[in-house]
Amino acid sequence: MLKFITKRLLWMIPSLFAVSFLAFVLIQLPPGDYVTTYIATLAASNEIIDQNTAASLRERFGLGDPMLVQYAKWMWGIITRGDFGISFEWQQPVSGLIWERMALTLVLAIASLLATWAIALPIGVYSAVRKYSIGDYAFTAFSFFGLSVPSFLLALVLMYIAAVEFGQDVGGLFSHEFENAPWSLAKMVDLLAHLWLPVIILAVSSTASLIRVMRANMLDELPKPYVTTARAKGLSEFRLLTKYPMRIALNPFISTIAWLLPNLISGSVVVAIVLNLPTAAPLLLQSLMAQDMYLAGAFVLLICALTLIGSLISDILLALVDPRIRLE
Amino acid sequence: MSDILPMPARKPLLEVRNLVTEFPLRTGVFRAVNDLSFSIETGKTLCVVGESGSGKSVTARSILQIVDAPGRIASGSIMLNTADGLSVDLAKLHPRSRAIRAVRGRDIAMIFQEPMSSLSPVHTVGDQITEALRLHMRMTKAEARAEAISLLRQVEIPDPERAIDRYAFQYSGGMRQRAMIAMALACKPKLLIADEPTTALDVTTQAEILDLIARLQKQTGMAVLFITHDMGVVAQIADDVLVMHHGVAREYGPVEQIFHAPQDDYTKMLIGSVLKLEQKAEIRLARAPLDRTAQPILEVRNLSQHFGSLKALDDVSISLLPGETLGIVGESGSGKTTMGRAIMRLYDPTAGEMLYRKADGGIVDLAKIEGAALKEARRELRMVFQDPFGSLNPRMTVAQVIGEPLLVNGIARGKELDERVSHLMEQVGLDPGGRERYPHAFSGGQRQRIGIARAITLNPRIIVADEATSALDVSVRFQVLDLLMKLQDELGLAYIFISHDIGVIRYMCDRVGVMYRGKIVEVGDADKVCNAPDHPYTQALLSAIPRPDPRDRDRSRRFRYTEPTPVRNGSSAR
Repeated sequence: MLKFITKRLLWMIPSLFAVSFLAFVLIQLPPGDYVTTYIATLAASNEIIDQNTAASLRERFGLGDPMLVQYAKWMWGIITRGDFGISFEWQQPVSGLIWERMALTLVLAIASLLATWAIALPIGVYSAVRKYSIGDYAFTAFSFFGLSVPSFLLALVLMYIAAVEFGQDVGGLFSHEFENAPWSLAKMVDLLAHLWLPVIILAVSSTASLIRVMRANMLDELPKPYVTTARAKGLSEFRLLTKYPMRIALNPFISTIAWLLPNLISGSVVVAIVLNLPTAAPLLLQSLMAQDMYLAGAFVLLICALTLIGSLISDILLALVDPRIRLE
Repeated sequence: MSDILPMPARKPLLEVRNLVTEFPLRTGVFRAVNDLSFSIETGKTLCVVGESGSGKSVTARSILQIVDAPGRIASGSIMLNTADGLSVDLAKLHPRSRAIRAVRGRDIAMIFQEPMSSLSPVHTVGDQITEALRLHMRMTKAEARAEAISLLRQVEIPDPERAIDRYAFQYSGGMRQRAMIAMALACKPKLLIADEPTTALDVTTQAEILDLIARLQKQTGMAVLFITHDMGVVAQIADDVLVMHHGVAREYGPVEQIFHAPQDDYTKMLIGSVLKLEQKAEIRLARAPLDRTAQPILEVRNLSQHFGSLKALDDVSISLLPGETLGIVGESGSGKTTMGRAIMRLYDPTAGEMLYRKADGGIVDLAKIEGAALKEARRELRMVFQDPFGSLNPRMTVAQVIGEPLLVNGIARGKELDERVSHLMEQVGLDPGGRERYPHAFSGGQRQRIGIARAITLNPRIIVADEATSALDVSVRFQVLDLLMKLQDELGLAYIFISHDIGVIRYMCDRVGVMYRGKIVEVGDADKVCNAPDHPYTQALLSAIPRPDPRDRDRSRRFRYTEPTPVRNGSSAR
């Protein structure tokens, strides 16, 4: 087991290099660079920048160097100093920008994940055990509804209802007075008051698909002979369901952790933009559009690292919960 | 001696009266069990016997109210009379009630057919045994664990202190069934229901499991309801027998009566089909003796097939004469299936040669040929598979299944193909009118006929039949065996007939090769090998087969073969 983990960790190093290089190349591939975009933005507001200023900007940002040199400098900074470079657009170190947003993203993602699982798993089990009952049909209808409604639409509708009907302050994760305030208990409460809306929106669509997956997994397991064996032993229906078929039906969910982590960053872009959430996704989008290459590169690198770590974690967890994987 | 009380008239432990179990279907109601009555006495064994679909499993499950949805008990009573004078009608209890749950596992326990899938793959064996103890006996964790270890020791699982923390997939088939038995016996039930508990096991393992159940029954005085389709097993263990057919009891009586004075025609047919396997087939008796001097059509020489470190075939040599039926017999894992597949050249052999004599007298080595030559040879060597359900593509019509070899080899198409297919179906005893239907519309025996029709499509010279009748009920088994022999006469086929069932081999084969751990330990005439074998392994195998006669119940002659350990030079034999 330990050997397996070490091997997997060692393999992550070349993969990270390969992906970061590819990401760097891809970001640079479109014609122009950050300065071009910057000039274009300024031109839109009738500010003209002359060639000299542009050239000096390029020199300051190191944009004149060949791409390989730029990449090497960037990587060297990350490895030796943990320095992901400077964001052109924000004129701040990339790491500072990312970490603040990542913390909020993490809170939001975990909250919506817990909400999703807490709602979907019991309903999925219920739907399977009472297959073709009225309850099953009702939940099936609900889950197809949830699947088919685009989340941004749901976001708009809920925002409208919350703002107009209940006078709630919607959009963002904080009220104005707390936005730049240091962390305090009051700010936490404020965060919780704002969190429920995005959590509901994010949970609805994933709950829907999760119910279907859980229902199908359970239906696969329920007719298995070991369930009958447990029943013949005299276990109560609830205990045997939770101990035997559910345990095995949950295994596929552990695999989903692999793509859960990268989703922290790139997932739910549209909802985050509609709700004006200070999470990572909108920042990633913006940095790509502005060709803010160090910021975008850092994000891509982070997504890649999280994918690799996520699949490692899910593999280890799977081995822990399923002896067939651990021992064979 | 005045404290001897008069014995009260004892009620039987379990009394089933007019039981009806139904499955509501879209088109009506299917009665899986119809008006069934029987009773079981403490300490006795009742065998419920019948072919697939007879309702014997549903009967067993009805007793514990664990019939799969949407099945339910429609009427009748199931009285459980315990020693303390209490009686309860299980049929009246709700399947989820506390009362029936208290009976399950404590008063009545059950073991199932497939020991692998009947145990949870992600819980240790110990966990699953202690669960019942903790539930019904209110034991603490430590007590339950100690009891589970002692139970595992009782069912003769080696090293129970460690085995208790293992998972089912780390056990062998026989050990899994022992663990199941330990689990069922945990709370010392008064009745053990065993639903085909030995069907998935080899004969030697089956004999050991049957012995184990008999021994535990003697110790604890429990009653056993044993469900099986194997009349040999019935003859060996039953006190009473209930013969079921299509959900109805055909005959119910003491084992002696069922075997030696059966009243019902269906029972007579079942007994007859078992006795038939005690001798050669009539078709074979009527044949002229085989020409033993002919050149062999296939000669396997020193064939080895290794999968990594596993020697599935280890230096095997055997030959097949034209028109001969060569049986290959052995237990699971002996390499008999690998043998059949190697001859079909589904593997690339590790070593050795397989010399095939073509119709024109030319010889090719099946182990070496490639490309067009292999393709040509494969037309003349065909295969019939074990599983009549899995070996036919459910999305192809019967005509497509049978005609595919003709089409693929560019031999016939269009109207000609249709005629050939119709003719083939007639040859195997199927109505050509059903050729546009899909396999699911046919019964197991009919599907096996389709498989046979597909095998003879290209006028082959050798057919390898791998457990071709194992999945079939006895009554159908003979029809298929007789069909194979009829085709052999018509088409001059040579068969390699792979089976674990000595009875089928005796009925069908001219010569037999006995396999053990990848080696052929004995080859000889079927009569000789099946009745008076030379090799100790074959003798052990034969001794384990349950004799279909309740008057012949001598367990003492049974023994298990253990391979003699190789002797090092000069160190022994002083």
